[in-house]
Amino acid sequence: MFKDALEGVARSMGGALTGLGSIGSFFVQSVYLSLRRPFKMNYIFKQMEFIGVNSLLVVVITGIFTGMVLALQSSYGFRKFGAEGMVGAIVALSMTRELGPVLTSLMVTGRAGSAMTAELGTMRVTEQIDAITVMALNPIKYLVSPRVIASFLMLPVLTAISNFVGIIGGYLVGVKLLGINEGAFVNKIEKILGLEDIYNGLIKAAVFGVIMSVICCYKGFNTKGGAEGVGRATTEAVVASSLTILVSDYILTSLMF
Amino acid sequence: MDNVAVRINDLHKSFGDQVVLDGIDLEIETGKITVIIGKSGGGKSVLLKHIIGLLKPDAGEIWVDGTEITALNEHGLNEVRKKFGVLFQDAALFDSMNVYENVAFPLREHTNYPEREIDRTVEERLRQVSLLGFAGKMPSELSGGMRKRVGLARALVLDPEIILFDEPTSALDPIISLTILDLIKETQTRLKKTYIVISHDILGMFRIADKVAMLYDGRIIEYGTPFEIRRSTREEMQEFLKATKIPGFTGGQS
Repeated sequence: MFKDALEGVARSMGGALTGLGSIGSFFVQSVYLSLRRPFKMNYIFKQMEFIGVNSLLVVVITGIFTGMVLALQSSYGFRKFGAEGMVGAIVALSMTRELGPVLTSLMVTGRAGSAMTAELGTMRVTEQIDAITVMALNPIKYLVSPRVIASFLMLPVLTAISNFVGIIGGYLVGVKLLGINEGAFVNKIEKILGLEDIYNGLIKAAVFGVIMSVICCYKGFNTKGGAEGVGRATTEAVVASSLTILVSDYILTSLMF
Repeated sequence: MDNVAVRINDLHKSFGDQVVLDGIDLEIETGKITVIIGKSGGGKSVLLKHIIGLLKPDAGEIWVDGTEITALNEHGLNEVRKKFGVLFQDAALFDSMNVYENVAFPLREHTNYPEREIDRTVEERLRQVSLLGFAGKMPSELSGGMRKRVGLARALVLDPEIILFDEPTSALDPIISLTILDLIKETQTRLKKTYIVISHDILGMFRIADKVAMLYDGRIIEYGTPFEIRRSTREEMQEFLKATKIPGFTGGQS
Protein backbone atom coordinates (compact mmCIF):
# COMPACT_ATOMS: atom_id res chain seq x y z
CA MET A 1 0.00 0.00 0.00
CA PHE A 2 2.84 2.32 0.89
CA LYS A 3 4.41 1.45 -2.44
CA ASP A 4 1.15 2.34 -4.23
CA ALA A 5 1.00 5.70 -2.51
CA LEU A 6 4.62 6.35 -3.36
CA GLU A 7 4.00 5.45 -6.96
CA GLY A 8 0.99 7.77 -7.02
CA VAL A 9 3.06 10.66 -5.70
CA ALA A 10 5.85 9.91 -8.16
CA ARG A 11 3.37 9.79 -11.03
CA SER A 12 1.73 13.09 -10.17
CA MET A 13 5.11 14.71 -9.65
CA GLY A 14 6.17 13.34 -13.00
CA GLY A 15 3.00 14.78 -14.53
CA ALA A 16 3.63 18.18 -12.95
CA LEU A 17 7.23 18.18 -14.15
CA THR A 18 6.21 17.20 -17.66
CA GLY A 19 3.68 20.04 -17.61
CA LEU A 20 6.35 22.43 -16.40
CA GLY A 21 8.76 21.10 -19.03
CA SER A 22 6.31 21.55 -21.87
CA ILE A 23 5.32 25.11 -20.88
CA GLY A 24 9.03 25.78 -20.42
CA SER A 25 9.88 24.66 -23.93
CA PHE A 26 6.83 26.52 -25.25
CA PHE A 27 8.10 29.66 -23.49
CA VAL A 28 11.61 29.25 -24.92
CA GLN A 29 10.26 28.65 -28.43
CA SER A 30 7.89 31.62 -28.24
CA VAL A 31 10.59 34.01 -27.08
CA TYR A 32 13.18 32.64 -29.53
CA LEU A 33 10.80 32.92 -32.47
CA SER A 34 9.71 36.39 -31.32
CA LEU A 35 13.29 37.58 -31.62
CA ARG A 36 13.95 35.95 -34.99
CA ARG A 37 13.27 37.32 -38.43
CA PRO A 38 11.01 37.60 -40.29
CA PHE A 39 8.89 39.74 -37.99
CA LYS A 40 5.24 39.45 -38.93
CA MET A 41 4.60 43.18 -38.61
CA ASN A 42 0.96 43.17 -39.70
CA TYR A 43 0.17 40.45 -37.14
CA ILE A 44 2.08 42.33 -34.45
CA PHE A 45 0.29 45.63 -35.15
CA LYS A 46 -3.07 43.90 -35.09
CA GLN A 47 -2.30 42.43 -31.68
CA MET A 48 -0.93 45.73 -30.40
CA GLU A 49 -4.23 47.30 -31.30
CA PHE A 50 -6.19 44.52 -29.64
CA ILE A 51 -4.09 44.26 -26.47
CA GLY A 52 -3.12 47.91 -26.15
CA VAL A 53 -5.53 50.32 -27.76
CA ASN A 54 -8.66 48.31 -27.02
CA SER A 55 -7.71 47.88 -23.35
CA LEU A 56 -7.28 51.60 -22.87
CA LEU A 57 -10.70 52.36 -21.40
CA VAL A 58 -10.55 49.53 -18.88
CA VAL A 59 -7.05 50.50 -17.83
CA VAL A 60 -7.89 54.19 -17.48
CA ILE A 61 -10.95 53.47 -15.34
CA THR A 62 -9.02 51.03 -13.17
CA GLY A 63 -6.13 53.47 -12.80
CA ILE A 64 -8.16 56.54 -11.95
CA PHE A 65 -10.33 54.83 -9.37
CA THR A 66 -7.34 53.14 -7.78
CA GLY A 67 -5.61 56.52 -7.43
CA MET A 68 -8.79 58.07 -6.04
CA VAL A 69 -9.40 55.39 -3.45
CA LEU A 70 -5.73 55.38 -2.47
CA ALA A 71 -5.96 59.11 -1.74
CA LEU A 72 -9.13 58.59 0.22
CA GLN A 73 -7.70 55.77 2.33
CA SER A 74 -4.25 57.21 2.91
CA SER A 75 -5.56 60.63 3.84
CA TYR A 76 -7.59 58.94 6.57
CA GLY A 77 -4.43 57.45 8.01
CA PHE A 78 -2.19 60.46 7.53
CA ARG A 79 -4.70 62.83 9.06
CA LYS A 80 -4.07 61.12 12.40
CA PHE A 81 -0.45 62.23 12.20
CA GLY A 82 -1.20 65.56 10.60
CA ALA A 83 0.82 64.43 7.60
CA GLU A 84 -1.79 64.83 4.88
CA GLY A 85 0.77 66.35 2.57
CA MET A 86 2.21 62.86 2.12
CA VAL A 87 -0.91 61.61 0.34
CA GLY A 88 0.37 62.61 -3.10
CA ALA A 89 3.68 60.82 -2.60
CA ILE A 90 1.98 57.67 -1.34
CA VAL A 91 -0.41 57.60 -4.28
CA ALA A 92 2.43 58.17 -6.73
CA LEU A 93 4.71 55.53 -5.18
CA SER A 94 1.97 52.94 -4.86
CA MET A 95 0.82 53.46 -8.40
CA THR A 96 4.19 53.44 -10.12
CA ARG A 97 5.88 50.71 -8.10
CA GLU A 98 3.02 48.37 -7.51
CA LEU A 99 -0.59 48.99 -8.40
CA GLY A 100 -0.07 50.43 -11.87
CA PRO A 101 1.81 47.42 -13.25
CA VAL A 102 -0.06 44.74 -11.29
CA LEU A 103 -3.61 45.98 -11.77
CA THR A 104 -3.01 46.82 -15.43
CA SER A 105 -1.61 43.35 -16.04
CA LEU A 106 -4.50 41.69 -14.24
CA MET A 107 -7.05 43.74 -16.18
CA VAL A 108 -5.36 42.98 -19.49
CA THR A 109 -5.21 39.29 -18.54
CA GLY A 110 -8.95 39.31 -17.99
CA ARG A 111 -9.69 41.23 -21.15
CA ALA A 112 -7.07 40.25 -23.73
CA GLY A 113 -5.47 37.15 -22.22
CA SER A 114 -8.77 35.32 -21.97
CA ALA A 115 -9.49 36.23 -25.59
CA MET A 116 -6.08 34.87 -26.64
CA THR A 117 -6.83 31.51 -25.04
CA ALA A 118 -10.35 31.36 -26.41
CA GLU A 119 -9.23 32.27 -29.93
CA LEU A 120 -6.26 29.92 -30.06
CA GLY A 121 -8.27 27.19 -28.32
CA THR A 122 -10.97 27.47 -30.97
CA MET A 123 -8.32 27.40 -33.67
CA ARG A 124 -6.92 24.24 -32.09
CA VAL A 125 -10.22 22.37 -31.89
CA THR A 126 -11.24 23.41 -35.42
CA GLU A 127 -7.85 22.21 -36.74
CA GLN A 128 -6.76 25.69 -37.87
CA ILE A 129 -3.48 25.28 -35.98
CA ASP A 130 -2.93 21.91 -37.66
CA ALA A 131 -3.66 23.62 -40.97
CA ILE A 132 -0.79 26.06 -40.38
CA THR A 133 1.52 23.20 -39.38
CA VAL A 134 0.76 21.14 -42.48
CA MET A 135 1.46 24.21 -44.61
CA ALA A 136 5.04 23.70 -43.38
CA LEU A 137 4.82 26.82 -41.21
CA ASN A 138 5.40 27.16 -37.48
CA PRO A 139 2.11 28.14 -35.81
CA ILE A 140 3.98 29.61 -32.83
CA LYS A 141 5.61 32.13 -35.16
CA TYR A 142 2.25 33.20 -36.59
CA LEU A 143 0.01 32.99 -33.57
CA VAL A 144 2.08 33.24 -30.41
CA SER A 145 5.04 35.49 -31.21
CA PRO A 146 2.92 38.47 -32.33
CA ARG A 147 0.90 38.24 -29.12
CA VAL A 148 4.01 37.97 -26.92
CA ILE A 149 5.73 40.89 -28.67
CA ALA A 150 2.59 43.02 -28.55
CA SER A 151 2.06 42.28 -24.84
CA PHE A 152 5.70 43.00 -24.06
CA LEU A 153 5.45 46.39 -25.79
CA MET A 154 1.94 47.45 -24.79
CA LEU A 155 1.84 46.54 -21.09
CA PRO A 156 4.43 49.19 -20.12
CA VAL A 157 2.57 51.79 -22.21
CA LEU A 158 -0.74 50.92 -20.57
CA THR A 159 0.94 50.94 -17.16
CA ALA A 160 2.41 54.39 -17.77
CA ILE A 161 -1.07 55.64 -18.65
CA SER A 162 -2.51 53.95 -15.59
CA ASN A 163 0.15 55.54 -13.37
CA PHE A 164 -0.58 58.96 -14.81
CA VAL A 165 -4.35 58.81 -14.47
CA GLY A 166 -3.96 57.22 -11.02
CA ILE A 167 -1.96 60.18 -9.79
CA ILE A 168 -4.49 62.54 -11.39
CA GLY A 169 -7.24 60.63 -9.57
CA GLY A 170 -5.32 60.97 -6.31
CA TYR A 171 -4.91 64.68 -6.95
CA LEU A 172 -8.63 65.16 -7.63
CA VAL A 173 -9.68 63.42 -4.43
CA GLY A 174 -6.81 64.67 -2.26
CA VAL A 175 -6.63 68.29 -3.34
CA LYS A 176 -10.02 69.08 -4.80
CA LEU A 177 -12.22 66.95 -2.59
CA LEU A 178 -10.41 66.66 0.73
CA GLY A 179 -8.72 70.04 0.55
CA ILE A 180 -5.12 68.96 0.97
CA ASN A 181 -2.73 71.77 0.17
CA GLU A 182 -1.89 71.60 -3.53
CA GLY A 183 1.70 72.73 -3.11
CA ALA A 184 2.44 70.09 -0.47
CA PHE A 185 0.78 67.41 -2.58
CA VAL A 186 2.83 68.10 -5.69
CA ASN A 187 6.01 68.95 -3.85
CA LYS A 188 6.09 65.63 -1.98
CA ILE A 189 5.58 63.71 -5.22
CA GLU A 190 8.48 65.55 -6.82
CA LYS A 191 10.68 64.96 -3.82
CA ILE A 192 9.94 61.32 -3.11
CA LEU A 193 9.08 59.77 -6.45
CA GLY A 194 12.30 58.76 -8.25
CA LEU A 195 12.77 57.92 -11.87
CA GLU A 196 13.71 54.38 -10.95
CA ASP A 197 10.38 53.86 -9.20
CA ILE A 198 8.75 54.54 -12.53
CA TYR A 199 10.93 52.51 -14.81
CA ASN A 200 11.21 49.53 -12.49
CA GLY A 201 7.41 49.46 -12.49
CA LEU A 202 7.41 49.57 -16.27
CA ILE A 203 9.94 46.72 -16.44
CA LYS A 204 7.66 44.69 -14.20
CA ALA A 205 4.78 45.40 -16.54
CA ALA A 206 6.79 44.19 -19.55
CA VAL A 207 7.65 40.97 -17.71
CA PHE A 208 4.02 40.47 -16.72
CA GLY A 209 3.05 40.98 -20.36
CA VAL A 210 5.33 38.14 -21.43
CA ILE A 211 4.14 35.88 -18.60
CA MET A 212 0.47 36.54 -19.34
CA SER A 213 0.73 36.10 -23.10
CA VAL A 214 2.83 32.93 -22.93
CA ILE A 215 0.54 31.24 -20.39
CA CYS A 216 -2.64 32.26 -22.21
CA CYS A 217 -1.29 31.15 -25.60
CA TYR A 218 0.02 27.89 -24.12
CA LYS A 219 -3.39 27.08 -22.66
CA GLY A 220 -5.06 27.90 -25.96
CA PHE A 221 -2.57 25.82 -27.92
CA ASN A 222 -3.15 22.79 -25.73
CA THR A 223 -6.94 22.97 -25.66
CA LYS A 224 -8.73 19.65 -26.02
CA GLY A 225 -12.36 18.70 -26.31
CA GLY A 226 -14.51 21.16 -28.24
CA ALA A 227 -16.39 24.15 -26.85
CA GLU A 228 -16.25 22.86 -23.28
CA GLY A 229 -12.49 22.48 -23.58
CA VAL A 230 -12.16 26.06 -24.81
CA GLY A 231 -14.13 27.31 -21.80
CA ARG A 232 -12.05 25.28 -19.40
CA ALA A 233 -8.77 26.37 -20.98
CA THR A 234 -9.81 30.04 -20.79
CA THR A 235 -10.63 29.82 -17.09
CA GLU A 236 -7.40 27.99 -16.35
CA ALA A 237 -5.39 30.51 -18.36
CA VAL A 238 -6.79 33.53 -16.52
CA VAL A 239 -6.32 31.92 -13.10
CA ALA A 240 -2.81 30.66 -13.86
CA SER A 241 -1.72 33.99 -15.39
CA SER A 242 -3.11 36.05 -12.52
CA LEU A 243 -1.47 33.88 -9.87
CA THR A 244 1.85 33.80 -11.72
CA ILE A 245 1.75 37.59 -12.08
CA LEU A 246 1.17 38.03 -8.34
CA VAL A 247 3.91 35.58 -7.33
CA SER A 248 6.44 36.95 -9.80
CA ASP A 249 5.52 40.46 -8.66
CA TYR A 250 6.81 39.62 -5.21
CA ILE A 251 9.98 38.08 -6.61
CA LEU A 252 10.66 40.97 -8.99
CA THR A 253 9.94 43.57 -6.33
CA SER A 254 12.31 41.96 -3.88
CA LEU A 255 15.02 41.84 -6.53
CA MET A 256 14.51 45.36 -7.88
CA PHE A 257 13.90 47.68 -4.99
CA MET B 1 8.74 1.46 -56.76
CA ASP B 2 8.41 4.74 -58.58
CA ASN B 3 4.66 4.69 -58.68
CA VAL B 4 4.31 4.56 -54.88
CA ALA B 5 3.70 7.99 -53.36
CA VAL B 6 3.31 6.88 -49.76
CA ARG B 7 4.43 3.57 -48.30
CA ILE B 8 3.42 2.59 -44.78
CA ASN B 9 5.14 -0.33 -43.07
CA ASP B 10 3.82 -2.01 -39.93
CA LEU B 11 2.57 1.20 -38.32
CA HIS B 12 1.52 1.00 -34.67
CA LYS B 13 -0.05 3.65 -32.47
CA SER B 14 -1.75 3.47 -29.09
CA PHE B 15 -3.22 6.14 -26.86
CA GLY B 16 -2.86 4.80 -23.33
CA ASP B 17 -4.36 1.32 -23.33
CA GLN B 18 -6.31 1.90 -26.51
CA VAL B 19 -4.67 0.44 -29.59
CA VAL B 20 -5.68 2.54 -32.57
CA LEU B 21 -3.32 1.42 -35.32
CA ASP B 22 -2.20 -2.19 -35.05
CA GLY B 23 0.22 -2.84 -37.86
CA ILE B 24 -0.86 -0.84 -40.91
CA ASP B 25 0.75 -1.86 -44.22
CA LEU B 26 -0.26 0.18 -47.22
CA GLU B 27 1.18 1.40 -50.51
CA ILE B 28 -0.52 4.41 -52.02
CA GLU B 29 -0.03 4.81 -55.74
CA THR B 30 1.12 8.01 -57.37
CA GLY B 31 -1.45 9.87 -59.43
CA LYS B 32 -4.45 7.89 -58.17
CA ILE B 33 -7.31 8.49 -55.80
CA THR B 34 -6.92 6.12 -52.87
CA VAL B 35 -9.77 6.02 -50.40
CA ILE B 36 -9.30 4.68 -46.90
CA ILE B 37 -12.65 3.68 -45.49
CA GLY B 38 -13.55 2.52 -42.05
CA LYS B 39 -16.05 3.18 -39.34
CA SER B 40 -16.06 6.42 -37.37
CA GLY B 41 -13.56 6.44 -34.53
CA GLY B 42 -11.66 3.61 -36.19
CA GLY B 43 -8.36 5.44 -36.49
CA LYS B 44 -8.67 6.90 -39.99
CA SER B 45 -7.87 10.44 -38.88
CA VAL B 46 -5.03 9.13 -36.75
CA LEU B 47 -3.57 7.41 -39.81
CA LEU B 48 -3.93 10.62 -41.82
CA LYS B 49 -2.17 12.62 -39.11
CA HIS B 50 0.73 10.18 -39.22
CA ILE B 51 1.11 10.57 -42.98
CA ILE B 52 1.47 14.34 -42.60
CA GLY B 53 3.70 14.10 -39.52
CA LEU B 54 1.26 15.59 -36.99
CA LEU B 55 1.54 12.44 -34.88
CA LYS B 56 4.53 10.19 -34.23
CA PRO B 57 3.94 6.43 -34.36
CA ASP B 58 4.92 4.01 -31.59
CA ALA B 59 6.53 1.79 -34.21
CA GLY B 60 6.67 1.42 -37.98
CA GLU B 61 7.75 3.42 -40.99
CA ILE B 62 6.17 5.92 -43.35
CA TRP B 63 7.90 6.65 -46.63
CA VAL B 64 6.84 9.71 -48.57
CA ASP B 65 8.43 10.07 -51.97
CA GLY B 66 11.52 8.12 -50.88
CA THR B 67 11.92 9.79 -47.47
CA GLU B 68 11.23 8.02 -44.20
CA ILE B 69 9.40 10.66 -42.18
CA THR B 70 8.82 9.17 -38.73
CA ALA B 71 12.35 9.98 -37.57
CA LEU B 72 12.46 13.50 -39.02
CA ASN B 73 12.55 16.62 -36.85
CA GLU B 74 10.18 19.57 -37.48
CA HIS B 75 12.55 21.10 -40.00
CA GLY B 76 12.79 17.89 -42.01
CA LEU B 77 9.05 17.34 -41.73
CA ASN B 78 8.39 20.82 -43.08
CA GLU B 79 10.36 19.97 -46.21
CA VAL B 80 8.15 16.90 -46.70
CA ARG B 81 4.96 18.82 -45.84
CA LYS B 82 5.59 21.15 -48.77
CA LYS B 83 4.61 18.23 -51.01
CA PHE B 84 1.21 18.03 -49.31
CA GLY B 85 -2.08 19.83 -49.45
CA VAL B 86 -4.72 18.98 -46.86
CA LEU B 87 -8.47 19.50 -46.83
CA PHE B 88 -9.54 19.20 -43.20
CA GLN B 89 -12.83 17.82 -42.00
CA ASP B 90 -14.39 21.22 -41.30
CA ALA B 91 -12.11 22.87 -43.86
CA ALA B 92 -10.11 24.59 -41.05
CA LEU B 93 -10.29 27.97 -42.80
CA PHE B 94 -8.69 30.78 -40.81
CA ASP B 95 -11.72 32.60 -39.51
CA SER B 96 -9.86 35.86 -39.03
CA MET B 97 -9.28 36.02 -42.81
CA ASN B 98 -11.69 36.25 -45.72
CA VAL B 99 -11.89 33.70 -48.51
CA TYR B 100 -9.35 35.48 -50.68
CA GLU B 101 -6.81 35.83 -47.87
CA ASN B 102 -7.26 32.18 -46.91
CA VAL B 103 -6.42 30.97 -50.40
CA ALA B 104 -3.63 33.54 -50.79
CA PHE B 105 -2.05 32.66 -47.43
CA PRO B 106 0.12 29.71 -48.61
CA LEU B 107 1.22 31.75 -51.64
CA ARG B 108 2.26 34.72 -49.55
CA GLU B 109 4.19 32.54 -47.11
CA HIS B 110 5.89 30.16 -49.53
CA THR B 111 6.40 32.12 -52.74
CA ASN B 112 7.78 35.49 -53.75
CA TYR B 113 4.94 36.13 -56.18
CA PRO B 114 4.12 39.78 -56.77
CA GLU B 115 0.60 40.81 -55.77
CA ARG B 116 -0.60 40.62 -59.37
CA GLU B 117 0.47 36.99 -59.64
CA ILE B 118 -1.15 36.13 -56.30
CA ASP B 119 -4.36 37.79 -57.50
CA ARG B 120 -4.31 35.78 -60.69
CA THR B 121 -3.62 32.45 -58.97
CA VAL B 122 -6.24 32.93 -56.26
CA GLU B 123 -8.80 33.96 -58.85
CA GLU B 124 -8.06 30.90 -60.92
CA ARG B 125 -8.37 28.57 -57.93
CA LEU B 126 -11.61 30.16 -56.79
CA ARG B 127 -12.98 29.84 -60.30
CA GLN B 128 -12.15 26.13 -60.28
CA VAL B 129 -14.32 25.66 -57.20
CA SER B 130 -17.01 28.07 -58.55
CA LEU B 131 -16.61 30.59 -55.76
CA LEU B 132 -15.14 33.50 -57.64
CA GLY B 133 -17.80 35.91 -56.39
CA PHE B 134 -17.17 35.02 -52.76
CA ALA B 135 -13.58 36.24 -52.39
CA GLY B 136 -14.52 38.95 -49.90
CA LYS B 137 -16.70 36.78 -47.67
CA MET B 138 -15.62 35.61 -44.23
CA PRO B 139 -15.67 31.85 -43.53
CA SER B 140 -18.48 32.32 -41.01
CA GLU B 141 -20.70 33.63 -43.82
CA LEU B 142 -20.29 30.46 -45.90
CA SER B 143 -22.17 27.18 -45.84
CA GLY B 144 -20.38 23.93 -44.98
CA GLY B 145 -20.10 22.92 -48.63
CA MET B 146 -18.70 26.31 -49.64
CA ARG B 147 -16.15 26.17 -46.85
CA LYS B 148 -14.97 22.79 -48.11
CA ARG B 149 -14.62 24.20 -51.61
CA VAL B 150 -12.54 27.09 -50.31
CA GLY B 151 -10.52 24.54 -48.33
CA LEU B 152 -9.94 22.60 -51.54
CA ALA B 153 -8.86 25.75 -53.36
CA ARG B 154 -6.42 26.50 -50.53
CA ALA B 155 -5.11 22.91 -50.49
CA LEU B 156 -4.44 23.04 -54.25
CA VAL B 157 -3.03 26.54 -54.47
CA LEU B 158 0.66 25.56 -54.28
CA ASP B 159 0.27 22.62 -56.69
CA PRO B 160 1.17 19.95 -54.13
CA GLU B 161 2.01 16.41 -55.22
CA ILE B 162 -0.19 14.71 -52.66
CA ILE B 163 -3.53 15.95 -51.41
CA LEU B 164 -5.15 14.54 -48.28
CA PHE B 165 -8.88 14.73 -47.63
CA ASP B 166 -10.29 14.17 -44.16
CA GLU B 167 -13.95 13.15 -44.48
CA PRO B 168 -14.71 15.46 -47.41
CA THR B 169 -18.44 14.69 -47.39
CA SER B 170 -19.14 14.58 -43.67
CA ALA B 171 -21.89 16.90 -42.43
CA LEU B 172 -23.02 17.71 -45.97
CA ASP B 173 -26.35 16.90 -47.56
CA PRO B 174 -26.29 14.25 -50.33
CA ILE B 175 -26.46 16.73 -53.17
CA ILE B 176 -23.67 18.96 -51.89
CA SER B 177 -21.70 15.79 -51.15
CA LEU B 178 -21.95 14.83 -54.79
CA THR B 179 -20.74 18.21 -55.99
CA ILE B 180 -17.74 17.99 -53.65
CA LEU B 181 -16.97 14.45 -54.83
CA ASP B 182 -17.29 15.48 -58.47
CA LEU B 183 -15.00 18.41 -57.79
CA ILE B 184 -12.44 16.09 -56.22
CA LYS B 185 -12.65 13.70 -59.16
CA GLU B 186 -12.54 16.48 -61.72
CA THR B 187 -9.51 18.24 -60.24
CA GLN B 188 -7.69 14.91 -59.90
CA THR B 189 -8.39 13.94 -63.49
CA ARG B 190 -7.02 17.28 -64.63
CA LEU B 191 -4.05 17.63 -62.27
CA LYS B 192 -3.05 13.94 -62.06
CA LYS B 193 -1.88 14.31 -58.47
CA THR B 194 -2.02 11.70 -55.72
CA TYR B 195 -5.23 12.01 -53.70
CA ILE B 196 -5.70 10.23 -50.40
CA VAL B 197 -9.22 10.39 -49.03
CA ILE B 198 -10.41 9.05 -45.71
CA SER B 199 -14.11 8.59 -45.22
CA HIS B 200 -16.83 6.37 -43.85
CA ASP B 201 -19.09 7.29 -46.78
CA ILE B 202 -18.50 4.13 -48.80
CA LEU B 203 -21.18 4.84 -51.36
CA GLY B 204 -19.80 8.25 -52.23
CA MET B 205 -16.27 6.95 -52.27
CA PHE B 206 -16.94 4.26 -54.88
CA ARG B 207 -17.83 7.15 -57.15
CA ILE B 208 -14.34 8.61 -57.12
CA ALA B 209 -11.90 5.93 -55.92
CA ASP B 210 -9.24 4.25 -58.03
CA LYS B 211 -8.25 2.15 -55.02
CA VAL B 212 -10.04 1.47 -51.77
CA ALA B 213 -8.44 0.36 -48.51
CA MET B 214 -10.60 -0.88 -45.67
CA LEU B 215 -9.35 -0.02 -42.18
CA TYR B 216 -10.73 -2.32 -39.52
CA ASP B 217 -9.51 -2.91 -35.97
CA GLY B 218 -6.34 -0.97 -36.63
CA ARG B 219 -5.36 -2.92 -39.73
CA ILE B 220 -5.93 -2.70 -43.46
CA ILE B 221 -8.04 -5.80 -44.05
CA GLU B 222 -8.82 -5.28 -47.71
CA TYR B 223 -7.17 -3.25 -50.46
CA GLY B 224 -8.11 -3.14 -54.12
CA THR B 225 -10.18 -1.49 -56.80
CA PRO B 226 -13.78 -0.63 -55.91
CA PHE B 227 -14.85 -3.60 -58.01
CA GLU B 228 -12.65 -5.98 -56.03
CA ILE B 229 -13.74 -4.50 -52.75
CA ARG B 230 -17.37 -4.93 -53.61
CA ARG B 231 -16.77 -8.59 -54.34
CA SER B 232 -14.80 -9.14 -51.16
CA THR B 233 -16.06 -12.11 -49.19
CA ARG B 234 -14.70 -10.90 -45.87
CA GLU B 235 -17.41 -10.72 -43.29
CA GLU B 236 -16.42 -7.26 -41.97
CA MET B 237 -16.40 -5.86 -45.50
CA GLN B 238 -19.79 -7.33 -46.35
CA GLU B 239 -21.20 -6.02 -43.11
CA PHE B 240 -19.95 -2.52 -43.90
CA LEU B 241 -21.31 -2.67 -47.43
CA LYS B 242 -24.69 -3.96 -46.30
CA ALA B 243 -24.99 -1.30 -43.65
CA THR B 244 -24.75 1.38 -46.31
CA LYS B 245 -27.42 -0.31 -48.43
CA ILE B 246 -26.08 0.28 -51.90
CA PRO B 247 -29.05 -0.20 -54.20
CA GLY B 248 -27.49 -0.38 -57.64
CA PHE B 249 -23.80 0.17 -57.20
CA THR B 250 -22.24 2.34 -59.90
CA GLY B 251 -18.76 3.66 -60.45
CA GLY B 252 -15.35 2.10 -60.15
CA GLN B 253 -13.72 -0.03 -62.77
CA SER B 254 -12.77 -3.65 -62.48
